[in-house]
Amino acid sequence: MGAYLLRRLLIAIPSLLGISLILFTVLALAPGDPFGELATNPNVPPEVRAALRAKYGLDDPLLMRYLHWLTAMLQGDWGFSFASRIDVDDLILQRLPTTLFVVGSSQVLALLVAVPVGILAALRPYSLLDQVANTLAFVGFSLPTFFTGLLFILVFSLKLDWLPFVYNADVAATGWRWYWEHLRQAIMPIAVLGLFQAASYTRYVRAAVLDVARLDYVTTARAKGLGEGAVTLRHIARNAMIPVVTLVALQIPAVFGGAIVTEQIFRVPGIGSLLINAMLANDTPVVMAVTFVFACLVVLFNLVADLLYGWLDPRISFR
Amino acid sequence: MPPILSVRDLATAFRVDGRWRPVVRGVSFDIGPRETVALVGESGSGKSVTALSIMRLTPRDASRITGAVRLQDRDLLTLSDAEMRRVRGGDVAMVFQEPMTSLNPVLTVGFQIAEALVAHRGLSRSAAEAETVRLFDKVRIPAAASRVHDHPHRFSGGMRQRVMIAMALACRPKLLIADEPTTALDVTIQAQILDLIKLLQDEEGMSVLFITHDMGVVAEIADRTVVMLDGRAVESGPTHEIFRRPTHPYSRALLAAVPALGAMQGRARPTRFPVVDRVTGESAEPGEAPDTVQPANLLEVRNLTTRFELRGGLFGRLRGRVHAVENVSFDLKAGETLALVGESGCGKSTTGRSVLRLIEPLAGSVRLDGEDILGLPPRALRERRRRMQMIFQDPFASLDPRMSVGAAIAEPLLINRLASRREAHARAADLLGRVGLKPEMADRYPHEFSGGQRQRICIARALALEPKLIVADESVSALDVSVKAQVINLMLDLQASLHLAYLFISHDMAVVERVSHRVAVMHLGEIVEIGPRAAVFGAPQHPYTKTLLAAVPVPDPARRGTRHGVRADEIRSPIRPPDYVPPERCYREVSPGHLVQVWGAEWEAAAA
Amino acid sequence: MAGSTLASPSAEAGAPAAAPAATGRDTWRRFRRHRLAVASSVLLGVMVLGVLVGGLVWPVAIDEIDFSAMLQGPSPQHPFGTDDLGQDLLARMIYGGRISLAVGFAAMLISTLVGVAVGALAGMSRGFLDSALMWLTDLFLSLPQLPLLLLVIYLFRDRLKEVFGVEGGVFVMIVAVIGGLRWMPVARLVRAQFLSLREKEFVEAARAQGAGPLHQVTRHILPNAIGPVIVAATIEVSAAIIAESTLSFLGLGFPPDIPTWGRLLFDAKDHLDVAPHWALFPGAAIFLTVLSINFIGDGLRDALDPRRVL
Repeated sequence: MGAYLLRRLLIAIPSLLGISLILFTVLALAPGDPFGELATNPNVPPEVRAALRAKYGLDDPLLMRYLHWLTAMLQGDWGFSFASRIDVDDLILQRLPTTLFVVGSSQVLALLVAVPVGILAALRPYSLLDQVANTLAFVGFSLPTFFTGLLFILVFSLKLDWLPFVYNADVAATGWRWYWEHLRQAIMPIAVLGLFQAASYTRYVRAAVLDVARLDYVTTARAKGLGEGAVTLRHIARNAMIPVVTLVALQIPAVFGGAIVTEQIFRVPGIGSLLINAMLANDTPVVMAVTFVFACLVVLFNLVADLLYGWLDPRISFR
Repeated sequence: MPPILSVRDLATAFRVDGRWRPVVRGVSFDIGPRETVALVGESGSGKSVTALSIMRLTPRDASRITGAVRLQDRDLLTLSDAEMRRVRGGDVAMVFQEPMTSLNPVLTVGFQIAEALVAHRGLSRSAAEAETVRLFDKVRIPAAASRVHDHPHRFSGGMRQRVMIAMALACRPKLLIADEPTTALDVTIQAQILDLIKLLQDEEGMSVLFITHDMGVVAEIADRTVVMLDGRAVESGPTHEIFRRPTHPYSRALLAAVPALGAMQGRARPTRFPVVDRVTGESAEPGEAPDTVQPANLLEVRNLTTRFELRGGLFGRLRGRVHAVENVSFDLKAGETLALVGESGCGKSTTGRSVLRLIEPLAGSVRLDGEDILGLPPRALRERRRRMQMIFQDPFASLDPRMSVGAAIAEPLLINRLASRREAHARAADLLGRVGLKPEMADRYPHEFSGGQRQRICIARALALEPKLIVADESVSALDVSVKAQVINLMLDLQASLHLAYLFISHDMAVVERVSHRVAVMHLGEIVEIGPRAAVFGAPQHPYTKTLLAAVPVPDPARRGTRHGVRADEIRSPIRPPDYVPPERCYREVSPGHLVQVWGAEWEAAAA
Repeated sequence: MAGSTLASPSAEAGAPAAAPAATGRDTWRRFRRHRLAVASSVLLGVMVLGVLVGGLVWPVAIDEIDFSAMLQGPSPQHPFGTDDLGQDLLARMIYGGRISLAVGFAAMLISTLVGVAVGALAGMSRGFLDSALMWLTDLFLSLPQLPLLLLVIYLFRDRLKEVFGVEGGVFVMIVAVIGGLRWMPVARLVRAQFLSLREKEFVEAARAQGAGPLHQVTRHILPNAIGPVIVAATIEVSAAIIAESTLSFLGLGFPPDIPTWGRLLFDAKDHLDVAPHWALFPGAAIFLTVLSINFIGDGLRDALDPRRVL
């Protein structure tokens, strides 16, 4: 297990380097001067512009520029946001917890829905429950998050007036009320993102459980005289989670993509909406930094998935 | 004495595409106390489904079981689910065919056994663990106490089957159902497991229902035998009666098709199987094949060595090598059959593939008609491959499912531009006739054929290029016994008419004795003994050859019981550390053409 | 044998029941059994036909501004209502649907072709090339796709507009970027198929008969690998449609004068309280298209992969 952990960690480093290289190449290949916009932007003080040009060393060879940029990023020197007039790293640190809260809660919600529903559906394939769950799952992942978001706002905020549709980071309340307000405004973003993911996870769980349920060792477990509950939990579900972890890990980039959309719809002040606003404001340092942070988050959560995988499957450290 | 288990008119049907398809159609038999009953039949006979039906383990929504299954005084088919759960693993335990897939890979073996103990005997976790160690000792797993916390992937196939048996014995069942428990195992391991089951049966005083397709195993273990065909029990009775005087034509056909080790004593040449009509039971006397061996060597293999590197760890470090084929030399004459025998991992298949260069050997030479194959460039190699073809083990995997069989047989001709499309298809139809199929079957697809028919198609495809040498890699191992006999007869006929040379790779000693002129026994990548068939089987010299021959179950109940104590050896692995240097080997000639490797100290114990 | 009996008792039920080979007719027969997939095919057919010839049946200009008919709900004059400039939404949706569907299919073609090429190359070559290609695939898989899509569009938008014109430039870019960031699942799938098929005995048999690598790939490996690829490609269409709508919805896809369905939603989202129909019609169009394509993919999966018949 230790060697396995170390190996996954060491693989993560070249991935991060590769991602940063791709990001930088995209930036370098972009036509014209990526800071050309700055010249016409009255918000940018000339000295900032000059400092930026010097830091990015726009006249150096490409590789040099990449190394410069990388060292700057590693040192936490992520540049200055013209639109917000604040250091980019501070800006991101302000916004990151909100994004992690929304994404994390939605994933918990998704798994809480998907795992039991997927298992129940697979244990009685083609039963009524299975068909309903299956159809709902198809509907669920065919509904794009931006449309579900609008529908939620339409129904729960405009028609029923139950929930606020604008996320407010500074809730003017204290104590329990503060938590309640936070929860209330987080319900819709979390539900939109969580239910979308739950739909595809349900399909994964169902397929994995179906595959495992017909394996020989499940028959062995039944032949031992174990009850259906023990067979399902210990022998089917535990093993079915192994492929599900892999599939969920593959979904991580999509999850963060979904977070951008939901944050934009509900105006959640996270790094997703920061990215969009920075793009609309041509705030290049923020755009680059946020994209890189997203990449790091994806690599980080992939690592978590790898650990989970190693924990679930004792054979893994053997390979 | 009243029977432990009494099955009456058991019928099981599965729902397939909305229709009920009967699989077991009225089977009745009894199992007395301490008795072993064998349920024997070919694939599709319904024997395994019978076992699953007794345990009520068929899928609940898609199957229907009728009749009566009495375990002492209770009818299992009418019990509630909770009561049935107490029966399963408690009164009746089961061991399955595939030890590799029958254990849950993510739980320790100890836990999986303790589960049954906790469920049925209400033991505490610590008591269950102590009991598990005791059970491990009972099934002779070495170093039992240290192995209960291991996961299944750390056990070999034979050891896993011991774990399964320990699990089955956990609650001292009255009846053990063993569903082909040794089919997936090597022959020496099979012998150990059979001995173990017999021994434990005596110790525990339980009855055994033994399901198998192997008449040799039946003769070895069963007191009474039930022969199944198409979901019906066509004959049942004491095992020695059935073997001596089979009454049903099918039983007769089945027994006639079983190769028996030692049956070839006194015969000089390979011999066809007698063909018994399944309906009438009439048989034709087997004819010895004509002498086909030519004087000249077709194939000369010298010092052939094939190794695979195992890399792993952080930077793909070399962790070891599989010494699959190590310094192997043999000759093969035109029209001759040389059998390569050995257990899994002995390198026999790799040898066959290395000869064809389907796997690139590391060193040595392979001369076909005097020309070294190993040095040839790809284009020239493809040219030479026309003279040597291969027939594979799995007739289901060796035909492209998307290609009609006619196209499959014509393909080699078209690849090598030996015929126009029209000629190739005419030739394919011709070849189909040659292997006993109808030429008009050429337009059908592989899934429309049975296993035996597919293997005939593969033979036809191999023959299309008019090869001189055919490497047959376990080509009849996957076939049912009666089909196996027919395909072997076909191969012998083709050898007689086309003077083919066969490199016949097999683990089945009895089949090898039947078909080969000469035999090479392989162990850990090396040939330990090679010689004329009569010499190797009649006067085996190497300890390994002797072990192998002693382990083969003989389909003759009268010759049962010449066994020694239960052993727990494992098949040794050909994986060696990177710095391993294979020892120098020399061979001595014990009789003309019969060479035996001079063995080292590791065999002294076995030879004694 | 008993091993497979445990898993699927019907395997022992007599004659070879399962047909591993899918001839065209069998595939169609199995597809037809998936009723939702058949219904979805009809629905998708109607939608495709609608956006293709709808303009002839409903020849209303998409940019005809009529302030007297602002934000009207559905009516005989405007079956899908109007937007804040009084433009006819049905006409705009017919026009935009063409773009949305075209993006979906074109991006699918790119991702599938790239994926098959990379996967096949990796699957046939051992050693360094295989590892390098798979490392690249895994790297792309762990890229944050939407942010990167947005980044590329943000950086390259202006240049492409100059070269291909407004409509063409954005179209080319969106198709290329979506296709270029979604080939990895197909590549993995194809490689896995190739790796397993390459070792199948029937391919080995072809090799033993003297077939070169090209023959093995074209005659034996690709035809047997193509089923799952078709399924993946189908799903790819719906994924690309969603990706395009997402970009437009975030205001970074097609400009306002090209009313793709996502763009219509973007414009509508600030008028939800007074004109919900403006968002509902294009949203429903995206949903129905994606849903029907996904169901068709599911039907194809059942039809092309006989292991899953159950």
